[in-house]
Amino acid sequence: MNNNKKAVIVGGGHAGGNLVIALRKAGFDGHITLVSDEGALPYQRPPLSKSWLNESVTLERLYLKPAAFYDEQRVQVMLNSTVERIQRNDKRLLLADGTALEYDYLVLATGARARPLALPGGEFENLHCLRNLADAERLKAQLHGATHLAVIGGGYIGLEVAASARQLGVKVSVIERESRLLARVASETLSHYYQRQHQARGVDILNRVGVAELKSDAGRLTSVVLDNGVETACDLALVGIGAIPNDELARAAGLQVDNGIVVDHQARTSDPAIFAIGDVSQRPLPVYNRQFRLENISNTLEQAKIVAAVLAEQPLPADEVPWFWSDQYDIKLQIAGLGIDTDVDIVRGDPASDKFSVFRFCGDRLMAVEAVNSPAEFMLGKKWIGAGTAVDRGLIADASVSVRDCAVLHS
Amino acid sequence: MATVTYIDKSGNVYQAEVEDGVTLMEGAVHSSVPGIDAECGGACVCATCHIYIDEEWQATVGRPNEIESMTLEEVDGIKPSSRLACQIAMSSELDGLVVHVANE
Repeated sequence: MNNNKKAVIVGGGHAGGNLVIALRKAGFDGHITLVSDEGALPYQRPPLSKSWLNESVTLERLYLKPAAFYDEQRVQVMLNSTVERIQRNDKRLLLADGTALEYDYLVLATGARARPLALPGGEFENLHCLRNLADAERLKAQLHGATHLAVIGGGYIGLEVAASARQLGVKVSVIERESRLLARVASETLSHYYQRQHQARGVDILNRVGVAELKSDAGRLTSVVLDNGVETACDLALVGIGAIPNDELARAAGLQVDNGIVVDHQARTSDPAIFAIGDVSQRPLPVYNRQFRLENISNTLEQAKIVAAVLAEQPLPADEVPWFWSDQYDIKLQIAGLGIDTDVDIVRGDPASDKFSVFRFCGDRLMAVEAVNSPAEFMLGKKWIGAGTAVDRGLIADASVSVRDCAVLHS
Repeated sequence: MATVTYIDKSGNVYQAEVEDGVTLMEGAVHSSVPGIDAECGGACVCATCHIYIDEEWQATVGRPNEIESMTLEEVDGIKPSSRLACQIAMSSELDGLVVHVANE
């Protein structure tokens, strides 16, 4: 039915890669072209800040699908290719090498890039960010053999790298502007738990300080000067202070952009032939009744399924609750939902036991569950948030009550 | 290197050669076995690589660890033979293993 339609996907990250898979799974049998400015086929990114840093794993094991898949599924993959411009009137893309690609459907999956430090001083060979494989390979090569890593920003990427570095015996300092780690994304209970866990393993955590200056010698960063005057020597540094959506192509093409490309529930932009998915998209989240720009795997998967359904003329999939995970040391964190507008946090279990969860409410409504080494709480929490199931706060606080028995059943 | 047989929900049979140390999930993804979506890429989070281990192989494959067990308990269609394919690394003693995929 679709076999003459041309779908062009820009971006070979999780969003673009999963869309290729989802399109064929949904029965879209038209032409698919994937344009990526990276040199590798779509690959798993989460391991890059985790186990991959400490292990030797071949690139093939990171691939979302093996190389043969793209041939079998008749997908044209253009690696190392940059898109210059979208010509909406002609439904055409112009690439940097002069190639023109016509499309019936265009999907922008251009992701986000690391937010740079707002400091003069330029680039150093031992100052890193971590978004993609090229970043990770540079970091990994220097991490093995480093003596002191300075992590600027106490978010998930920074903390995961800190954990990997400690496991390699590297001294680590984490510099965080806020009063607690993960300040924008986690409950206080979870922030404090991670602070203790990292400190117990020898990480020096510096809260409520900013970076005033980077000192260098012969092109290499040698120390980070904090705004309280303290100087932290380092031979390796990672900046993990958030990401900026790569929405320039869309902006130049006159699409509606507002901290990411604005899309509707079908992941469609203000041009009906153009879609945007993944980190670059500013999307409605029906479960929370507002617009969000999310940076996680579950978002890319959900939006890939949505666009695949639209292009294959299938019914839209059910709304999903965002989910997320982080592995640091031997701690498995799983988060269901988004901790927005929360006014009450209920802690279930004892953080000192390394097995606990935080149920985060807005009024009576469960918004998010942070589960540490507690998969049942994560799995059930995800279902309950999606279904709007009421949870008994008294029962959920009592870890001796089975989590399954904490939902309020309507008679 | 070992040979694994995956049988999908519709009864289709897929045989894969899987290298030692590589997980059953990766072997299935590489061979595009339906029903192994492996959304989290092997982090034991999403439970989209649910399989059943044939009875004769259960002792050799072994039991899930605590995190995997707790995850499986909340998965639809759990049976005593349930495992998450991402948590099983291939080895020569698993040569000839037969597993059934739980999801479509």
